[in-house]
Amino acid sequence: MRTNLSRRKLRDPFVTKVEELSGQNLLVCYQCGKCSAGCPAVDEMDILPNQIIRFAQLGLKEELLASKAIWVCASCMTCNVRCPKGINIAEVIEAIRQILLRQRKDHVKVEELKPSERGDVPPIALISNFRKFTS
Amino acid sequence: MKLSYFPGCTLKNHAKNFEDSALCALKTLDVTVQELERWNCCGTVFSLTTDDLIHHIAPVRNLIRTKQQGSDKLMTLCAMCFNTLKRSNERVKANQEDLDIINDFMYREEIKYEGDVEVLHLLEILKNDIKFETLAQKVSKPLKDLKVASYYGCYLVRPEEIAFDDAENPVIMDELMEVLGATAIDFPFKVECCGAYQTVDKPGVVADRTNQILTSAKKQGAELVVVSCPLCAFNLDHRQKETVAKFPEFKSMPVMYFTQLLAIALGCPEESLRLDLHYIDPKPILQEKGFI
Ligand code: SF4
Ligand code: SF4
Repeated sequence: MRTNLSRRKLRDPFVTKVEELSGQNLLVCYQCGKCSAGCPAVDEMDILPNQIIRFAQLGLKEELLASKAIWVCASCMTCNVRCPKGINIAEVIEAIRQILLRQRKDHVKVEELKPSERGDVPPIALISNFRKFTS
Repeated sequence: MKLSYFPGCTLKNHAKNFEDSALCALKTLDVTVQELERWNCCGTVFSLTTDDLIHHIAPVRNLIRTKQQGSDKLMTLCAMCFNTLKRSNERVKANQEDLDIINDFMYREEIKYEGDVEVLHLLEILKNDIKFETLAQKVSKPLKDLKVASYYGCYLVRPEEIAFDDAENPVIMDELMEVLGATAIDFPFKVECCGAYQTVDKPGVVADRTNQILTSAKKQGAELVVVSCPLCAFNLDHRQKETVAKFPEFKSMPVMYFTQLLAIALGCPEESLRLDLHYIDPKPILQEKGFI
């Protein structure tokens, strides 16, 4: 993958917004990779949790907003309890999802779910899914 | 101790086996709980963004209802309700400004919330208030020879601020199983996420996890897995259908709520177990051991 870095990207308002919404200081991360080592969802991810933090530090907005990984993360908080620098990675990922959801770019289209998908699962599954994946 | 009880969205339908067994067990233990008269869904997940206060309204409203019942303790059974209610409670307790905004928003409520309700999970009540030693004396049908793996998942133990046990190596359910006379089986996937709400749009992901988690428990010798969350229960039990379709060599495993085993050990009638709500029938193993 070819990635271009620039001062402009580093100072993109996107970076400030991610920090603001997540309440995290991205530059604290020293890229040890522990978050990714224990994440149960890495098999399905195109950008790993530590890379998400790195990309966010560098202002790689397009890559993050288009990533599959942010929707595979289940906010299980494993990374948060393990990060030696005390970073809440799950909150950073939530912030990126929220940036999309607040523009009504829903990940799950409720009206497109099949009746079986909607009917067979318990309310707890539907409510949490819609809370996380719809605006 | 006056205890209010918050059931949440799933305990009145798909997880009726969780509610009925817990209430029967508590009755046997002479613990009175009063369900909130007008509860509302907690939202199921704690809102993770700093500026999003609106999603704390639902949890805080339930805490107001608790106070209106003259109680200062709210018991939950579902791990997700526990997590959401407790985390919102901790957030408003630590941020007076947030609490003021939330109280203002609910200006028509008769009373204000002042951070004065404690959110508790049944497991911690059993251990700290009722006490395992007392419970042990009330066991009338010990779960002899039953090998049980306790699956904790995410929301009982993470983040550490709200957990009542170790985030990496919780043992409270294992201890309870031993108190009930069963053999607790430790296994490496007990705090690994089951995929949670991905089950709606990505059931394949959940099938992978269910395969991993239950196969690991089986390898360690477990005959049954217990959980404390209706979403984990759905994923680990009902999604075994998708799991076996994806992994033909997968061996099925009954999954129950810890309260169902508690109810059995305390001599509750079989109706309170609602064994009809399971996908993998736990009856054969329970009958084989002579528990039902
Ligand atoms: S565990 Fe923490 S410090 Fe290490 S890479 Fe992940 S976010 Fe960065
Ligand atoms: S919260 Fe998300 S990124 Fe962190 S370990 Fe869990 S699934 Fe992975």
